[in-house]
Amino acid sequence: MTGLHATLRLRRDGFALDVALNVPDTGVLAVLGPNGSGKSTLLDCLAGLLRPAEASVSIGGTDVTGLPPPERRVGLLRQDPLLFPHLSVLDNVAFGPRSRGSGRQRARELARRWLDEIGVAEFADRRPARLSGGQAQRVALARALATDPALLLLDEPLAALDVDAAPAMRAALRSVLRQRQPGRVAVVVTHDPLDAISLADHVLVLADGQVVEQGPTRSVLAAPRTGFTARIAGLNLVAGEAGPDGLRVGDQLLSGVLAEDAVVAEPAVAVFPPHAVSVYPRDDAPHGSPRNTAPATVGSVEPHGPVIRLRATADGQGWTSGVAADLTPAAVADLGIDVGSRVLLSVKAAAVEVHPANP
Amino acid sequence: MTAKRLAPAGRVPRVLWLPAALALALVTLPVVGLLLRTDYARLPSLLTSAASLHALRLSLSTAALSTVLCVLLGVPLAVVLARSALRGVRVLRAVVLLPLVLPPVVGGFALLYTLGRTGFVGYLLDVTTGIQVPFTTGAVVIAQTFVAMPFLVVSVEGALRATGEDYERVAATLGARPSTVFSRVTCPLLLPALGSGVVLSFARALGEFGATITFAGSLEGVTRTLPLEVYNQASVNIDSAVALSLLLIVIAILVIVVARPRSIEGVRA
Repeated sequence: MTGLHATLRLRRDGFALDVALNVPDTGVLAVLGPNGSGKSTLLDCLAGLLRPAEASVSIGGTDVTGLPPPERRVGLLRQDPLLFPHLSVLDNVAFGPRSRGSGRQRARELARRWLDEIGVAEFADRRPARLSGGQAQRVALARALATDPALLLLDEPLAALDVDAAPAMRAALRSVLRQRQPGRVAVVVTHDPLDAISLADHVLVLADGQVVEQGPTRSVLAAPRTGFTARIAGLNLVAGEAGPDGLRVGDQLLSGVLAEDAVVAEPAVAVFPPHAVSVYPRDDAPHGSPRNTAPATVGSVEPHGPVIRLRATADGQGWTSGVAADLTPAAVADLGIDVGSRVLLSVKAAAVEVHPANP
Repeated sequence: MTAKRLAPAGRVPRVLWLPAALALALVTLPVVGLLLRTDYARLPSLLTSAASLHALRLSLSTAALSTVLCVLLGVPLAVVLARSALRGVRVLRAVVLLPLVLPPVVGGFALLYTLGRTGFVGYLLDVTTGIQVPFTTGAVVIAQTFVAMPFLVVSVEGALRATGEDYERVAATLGARPSTVFSRVTCPLLLPALGSGVVLSFARALGEFGATITFAGSLEGVTRTLPLEVYNQASVNIDSAVALSLLLIVIAILVIVVARPRSIEGVRA
C-alpha cells in the first residue's frame, strides 16, 4: 500500500468534511473547490495539524493516523511562504533536516543542494525580508522538499504571487512534480483549473466538505459531470498535442497561441472561454471562414447566468467534443437550437491558449 | 493607483499645526525649564550625596528585579492569553490591563490591603511564615512589578497574536518537536517585542511613585527610590530635587534611545 490513502471525517462549527482519497505512489492530486469547501482543512488533516474524530491516513505504506506532524514526513507549502524571518534563506531550508536530526554541516549541505535544485541558490545568505514574493515562495518550496517528504502538500502555492512571479514558481513546481520521485506523493490545492492541468494527473473536486467529483485531470475538467465542476472549471479544455501554431487533436488542428512553456509534439491542453465560441447552423458556414470551425451536435442547453450555455456532445470526434459555447437567449431562439441540433462551432485562434499538460 | 489618492508628503492640514506645536511645547518646555533651573556647579556633589546614591542604587536594583519578574511571569501570561482557547480569556486580557489605567496610589492601597498584615494574603503569610511584606524592599519590587507588568504582557501578547501560529505549524511539519518549535521559532520571533516590553516595563518600574509610597513607604536605603527621593528633597533641598530629576530625565532619554525605533513606534521587525 504505497502512495497516499486517507479517509477523513471531521465535524466542527457546522462544517463537515467527509473525504476518502487514494493517490498512487509518485502521483499528483489536485484538489479543486471554492473558498470554504474544506480544501485547506483537508490538507491540515493530512499534515496532522488537525486531528479529525474519524480518520485513517497512510503515507508511503506507513499508518500515520495517530502521529503528530513532526513524525509524518510531510512537507507543507502554503500560499504565504512563511519563511522564518530570523533565519537566513540557507538556515530556513536547513531547518527541516536539522529538526530531523542532521548535524549543522550536513543540514546546510542538503539545504544548498535544494536551493540549487529550485534555482534560488544565489539567495542563500539573504534574510527572507529581502526576497520578493516569488523568490520567497521558491525558497519555501526548497524548504518543504529538504526534509524529503513522502507527502508534499501544496496549499494554493501560486495564489499570492503576482502575474510576473507566478511563471517561475509554476515552472519550479512543475519540474519538481514531474520528477515522479518514487516514494513521494503530492497534493496540490488550487482554485485555478490551469494549475490542475499543468501540475496534476488526478483531480478531486470538493464542495461543502464533500467530494463531488474525482478522476483523471483532463477527463474531469474537460467533461465535468456536475454543474459545480463545470462552473469552477468554466473554461473549455481540449487535450491533444502541441503543434507549431496550435493544438493537434487527432487529425484536426485547433489554431491558437502557444504558452511560453509549451513544447511542440508534447501533450498539451487548449484553453478557451465558452463566450469565445460562436455557433452556426450546419448549412451556413461563417463568412471569412475562421480556421477553427468544426461540426458538433448540441448535447445540452442550459441557462448560465444571463446567457445560455450549449454543450456539444462528448463524442470524442475532434476538438468540439464536449466544448461549451455561450449564446444570448435571442441568438438561441433565432438559430432554433435545441438538444440534438447539428451545428458548426467556431473559435477565434487568438482566444485559444495552448498550455503544456501533465503527461 | 492607490498612491495617487494619498496626500503628497508635507501637505498636512494647516489647522493641525497650532495644536501640534502646543503639544510638543507641553512635552519639551518643562524639561527645558528644569535644565534652566539646575545648579550645574553643585550637580556632582548633589548627585553623589549619600541619600542620592542610596536612592539611585535602590531604584536601579528594584527596577531591574521587577523587570526580571515581569519577564518570568509576564511572558507565560502573554502566551496563555494569546494562545489559549479558554472562554474567559477576553475578560482576563482586560483584567491584566487594570494596573495600566488604575491610579498607582489606588494600586498601592489594593496591594496594602491584600499583602498587608490585615489583608488576607498578608495575614496568611504572617502567621504561616512570619514574613511581613509592606514597607520592605520586597514591597517596592512588588509595587513596581504590579504597575509595569501590563507593558510587557501587552507587547508580547500583541506580537504573538500578530505573528499567529502559522510559523509554528510550518516548523512542526518540517519535523520540529514542540520544545524545538518554542526555542527555535516562537522565542526568536518574540525577541523584538520582548525587548521593547522589557525596556518599557523597566522605565515604568523606575518611575513608579504612587503605589510604592502607599505600599512600601519612604524609608531611606530600604524603600526610598529615586522618584520618592525627589519628592522628599523637594521640601528640604530643592536644588537636590532638581538634580535628581535631571538624572531621571537622562535615564528616560537613554531608555527611549535604546528602545527606538521598534518599541516606541510599535513596529514589528
